Formats: sequence, structure tokens, C-alpha cells
Amino acid sequence: MYLAKIEIMLKPGVLDPQGATVREALHALNYSSVEEVRVGKYLEVKLAANDPAEARRAVEEMCARLLANPVIEEYRLEIVPARGTGEAEPCALG
Amino acid sequence: MRFGVIVFPGSNCDADVYHVLEQVLGVEVVYVWHGETKLGGFDCLVLPGGFSYGDYLRTGAIARFSPVMQAVTAFAHAGGLVLGICNGFQILLEAGLLPGAMRVNKTLQFICQDVWVRVENAATPYTCLARPGQVLRLPIAHKEGNYYCDPATLAALAAGGQIVLRYCDASGNLSEEANPNGSLEHIAGICNPEGNVFGLMPHPERCAEEILGNRDGLLLWQSIVHWLKEKS
Repeated sequence: MYLAKIEIMLKPGVLDPQGATVREALHALNYSSVEEVRVGKYLEVKLAANDPAEARRAVEEMCARLLANPVIEEYRLEIVPARGTGEAEPCALG
Repeated sequence: MRFGVIVFPGSNCDADVYHVLEQVLGVEVVYVWHGETKLGGFDCLVLPGGFSYGDYLRTGAIARFSPVMQAVTAFAHAGGLVLGICNGFQILLEAGLLPGAMRVNKTLQFICQDVWVRVENAATPYTCLARPGQVLRLPIAHKEGNYYCDPATLAALAAGGQIVLRYCDASGNLSEEANPNGSLEHIAGICNPEGNVFGLMPHPERCAEEILGNRDGLLLWQSIVHWLKEKS
């Protein structure tokens, strides 16, 4: 079982009204050093796969077809081992 | 002449579209549930406004995988008229039947108000009774109507006459103030290169009767009926 941690952001150059508004709010709080804020999405997908490469291939296809819109968004993936629902807790002392 | 109104879970303008087609235009119209896989005998399919699948993930992103969308796509590729209004427009974008994508409005707010739009292309099946440059008053009600596409796509849209409606002021002038949602190039509605697939953010079904105080939307519906009659 693997866990895919997926970050979806608007592509550079695509105006992000939420990010711009958050930046203005930070400036209003006197964080004058803030130059830019971009707001994105974070998803976690738990899936069965034989190895991390297989999990990555599957999740990349999911991103391309549904999870991200390639017209305006780009995504980053991290694949980590995970425990499936109902699987026993790993026993620390064996 | 037979119209179909596609009903997705979360559509909420389907009854308005049905009413206008049946009661105001007097044409045959049926609802089509999104789970249908076969579409037969239709001249025009309407994807109505609403919040299909709760707008989860992105507007239209899940509805575009509804079973009926394969048949809608085949119908569009065969030259059938496909009209997407508001959420219906967003679904057509996600389905790739129209180019581009919607961003959140520049104000970050859900905007529900009347706006002015200018008819940029009066040669489409949806605008054939309008004058080029004619200004219409139509209501909008959306949070994600801030149209975006890359520069190459925008150039192709402009060159192909695919920009059908632009937000403007009452006199038909384009300005930042008259662009309610920040849409690229003031775009309110676009069509595909063939002109048979059309998406727009305003709601022509909400302003097609005198009793509602505005009949400007009727022109678009009458255009479709006129175009289909001329064709047959």
C-alpha cells in the first residue's frame, strides 16, 4: 500500500486571485517582506501497488485525467509507503 | 425539432431551460439523465447551469466523466448543437469540447447580477438573429467564470471568430469595470471552430419572458430554433 501526496498549483503566469488577496492581507499585517503568495490544493491518495514506481505511474495518470487541469494547473507528487485500512499495526518489537 | 436537457446530479437550471423551450418556444424537449449512454433523435443538447457533483475538485471536473458525456461528445463531433450554460460551459471546458479553463472570479466572490454582453460573432447557430455588436443584458450567477487560455489558444479563438460574447458596458464598450469576473479578453462565451458547440457564463433561460422583466435571452433561443429550421 502506498500514499501519494499530491500538490496541485496554478501554473506560473496564471493569475491567482486567492494568492493575491492573501498577499494583500499579509501586507496589511505589516509583513512587508512578502513578495508573492500562491494558493494551491493538497490531496492524499492511498492506493495498492506492487512498488513505488507502479504507484507513481498510476497517480500520474489520475492527475492527468482528473485530479489536475493541465490548462491551468501543474502538480507535484511524493509516493510514500502506507498501511492499508484494516491492516495490523506494525509491531515495534517483533 | 427536439431538444434534450442533460440533468447531472446538482444541476439546478434544468427546469428553467425546459420551461423556456417548451412554454416560450413551443418546441419538443425532454430531460436526459446523466447516466444515459445512448442519445437518439436530438437536434440540440443543453448542459444547464448548477453545481454538478457539488463543484468538488473543480467545476465540471467530475460531471465530464458522467456516462452521458461520451454520447454528448459523439453528438458534438457529428455536428450536433451542444449548448453549455454556466456550469454546462464549465463541463464543456473540462471535457475538452471547448478550449481553456475557468479560474475563480477576480473578486473571489460568487457574483449574481445582470451584466451586458456584446455579440462578437452573429453568424453562429446561437446568435444568428442578433446584429453584430448587439448589446444584450443577461444575468450571471457564478464563482468560477474567470476564463483563461494560453496565448496560442487565444489567438486561434480570435482568428476563428470563436469569441461569441464579451462582457461590456451598456453602450457596448469593453472596460475593466464592465468585466465582472476578470475573464481573459472580456470573454463571456466561446464556440468551437465549427460553431456547433457553444458555452457561455450568462443565463439566457432566466431572461426570456416579459414577466421576468427582460427578454434579451430569448434572442439566443430563437436563434437556435431559426438555425435548425433553416437547416432542415
